[in-house]
Amino acid sequence: MADSNTKELYILAEFESAAALYHAAEKMRDAGCRHFDCHSPFPIHGMDAAMGLERSPLGWIAGLCATFGALGGVALQWYASTIAYPLVISGKPFFSFQAYLPVTFALGVLMAAGASLFGMLGLNRLPQFHHPLFNSERFKRVTDDGFFISAIAVNNAEGDKLQKFLESIGGSNIEVLKD
Amino acid sequence: MMRYDEGTYRITEPGSFGTRSLIVGIAGLAVSAIGYFLNPAQFFHSYLNAFIFWFNIAMGSLFFVMLHHLVAARWSVTLRRLAENVMMQTPLMLLFFLPLLLGLHDLFHWTHHEAVEADLILQKKAPYLNITFFVVRAAVFFGVWNAVSVLLFKASLKQDLNPEEAITKRMRVISAFGIIAYAFTFSFASFDWLMSLDAHWYSTIFGVYIFSGSLVAIISFLVIVLFFMRRQGILRNMTTTEHFHDLGKLLFAFTVFWAYIAFSQYFLIWYANIPEETIWFRNRWVGSWKGVSLLLVMGHFVLPFFILITRSAKRKAVFLTVMAFWMLFMRWVDLYWVIMPGLQEQGFNLSWFDLTAFIGIGGIFVWSLLKRIAAHPLIPVKDPQLKASVEFISE
Repeated sequence: MADSNTKELYILAEFESAAALYHAAEKMRDAGCRHFDCHSPFPIHGMDAAMGLERSPLGWIAGLCATFGALGGVALQWYASTIAYPLVISGKPFFSFQAYLPVTFALGVLMAAGASLFGMLGLNRLPQFHHPLFNSERFKRVTDDGFFISAIAVNNAEGDKLQKFLESIGGSNIEVLKD
Repeated sequence: MMRYDEGTYRITEPGSFGTRSLIVGIAGLAVSAIGYFLNPAQFFHSYLNAFIFWFNIAMGSLFFVMLHHLVAARWSVTLRRLAENVMMQTPLMLLFFLPLLLGLHDLFHWTHHEAVEADLILQKKAPYLNITFFVVRAAVFFGVWNAVSVLLFKASLKQDLNPEEAITKRMRVISAFGIIAYAFTFSFASFDWLMSLDAHWYSTIFGVYIFSGSLVAIISFLVIVLFFMRRQGILRNMTTTEHFHDLGKLLFAFTVFWAYIAFSQYFLIWYANIPEETIWFRNRWVGSWKGVSLLLVMGHFVLPFFILITRSAKRKAVFLTVMAFWMLFMRWVDLYWVIMPGLQEQGFNLSWFDLTAFIGIGGIFVWSLLKRIAAHPLIPVKDPQLKASVEFISE
C-alpha cells in the first residue's frame, strides 16, 4: 500500500454489464462521489446524467474564442485597408465593413473550431502517454467486454472507504492502482 | 377547450377555437374585399403579402416532411403528423392564389402591353413574363406541390394501419423525387410572384432567400402549435422538452441560414455595384424603408442569434414560443420589405388591408388546419421509430 505522501490512488472495480455499470454510477453519484469515471466498450445512453456530470464549459470556451476571432478579423482588415494599405478599390470607402464580413465570419468559425478541438483535449487532459489504469491486466478488457468504474482517492483511508463502497454496490475484482 | 384521447391520439372534442378562427378569417376577408373596390393596388399588395406569408408556412412544412423522410429522422416522428397537417394546407393555398389572378395588372408592371412596348428589357423578357405562361407555371407549381403532399399524406395514413417497412421506403422515394421538384418549383414561384414585381431586377439566389425564410416560418409555427397543444394537455405524453430543444436548434440554424443567404444576395450586388441590380436595395434604403431594412438586420438576425444561441432559451417552452412569435412577425416584415417598396416608393405606409388580409387568410388557414388535425390521429401511431422519438434526448 502506498504511503500518504504519494500521488493519488485509483480504485478500479469491475461490473457485470452495462446496466450494472449504469446503476453503480447512479449510486456513486448519490453517495456524493465526484472524482470517478466509468469505462465501457461502447457509449451508454444517459450515462452523463447517471454519473451526475455537469455540463461541459466547452461551449463557452468556443464562444469566447469565436468572438475573439471575429473581432480580430475586423481589426485585421480595418488595419490593412485603412492604415497599412489605404487603396481605393472599385470606388468603395476604405472602411467597407460589408467586404470584411466573409473573412470575419471565417475567422470566427476557425477560432470556434480550433477552440472546440483544443479545448476538448485540454479538458480531457489528452493526449496522455500513460495512465495508472493501464497497470491493470483486467482493465484491458474494457475495449472488449469489460465494464469498470475507476475512482480517485487522495490517501489510503479514503481508498479503503471507496473499496468498501464499490464492493457494496456490486463491484468485483477490485484493484488499487498507482503510478 | 380541446380534448383528446391518450389511447388513440385522436381529438375527441375540437373546442371552439377553430370556429372562432373561421369567423375572424371571414370577417378579415370581407373587410379586405372592400379594399378591392376602394384601392385595388394597395389591396392586392397587402393580399399578396399575407398570401405569401401563409403559403410559406405550408411550403416550409412540405420541405420539413420530405427532409424528415430523406434523412430518416427519429426525433421528429411525434411531430411529423403535425407538419403533415400543415403541409396539407397547400390545396387551400391554391384557392387563395386564385384572387391574385384578378390583380395581375395591379401587381405586375410587365402585364401592361403599353409598358412592354416602350421597354426593350421587358420585350426581351416577354417570352417568360407573359400572363399565359405565368398562369400555366402557377398551375404546374400547385400541381406538383399538391401531388407530393397528397401522396405523402396518404402513405402516412396507410402506415397508421399497417406498419410495413415498404411504406417508410415509399415515403422516402416520394421525398427524393419531391425535393428536387420542390427546389425548382419553389424557386421559380418566388421569381414569378415576388421577384417579377420589379420586372427589371433579377437575383438568381432570390428563390433560396424566400425558401430560407419559409424554413424559419415553419419551425416557428410548429413551436407555437406544439406549445398551445401541450397547454391544452394534448400530446403531453408524446413530446418533451427535448423536442422544443431540437425545434429551437433548427429555428436558430435556419435564422442564421436566412441571414447567410440574405447577406450573400446583398454582398454580390453591393460588390459588383451595377445600377440595374443595386436599384433594388437602393429602393429599400430611401425614406422610412431604411428603418425597415435595419429592423430586418437586427430583428431577423442579430437579436435572435444572440438570444437563441443559449441552451436555456431553447429549452424553456414559453420563452421559445415568444421567440417563435417574434420570428413570424419578422417573416411578415421581410415579405413586406420585399413586396411593398414597389408600391410605396418614398417610405412605408401601413394599411388596414395589411392586417385584414393577414387575419383573413390566417383565420381560414388555422380553421382548416384544426379541422385536419381533428380528423386523424395526432401522431403517426404505427411508425417504427415512434418510441425512439418520444424517448429522444437532445444532446
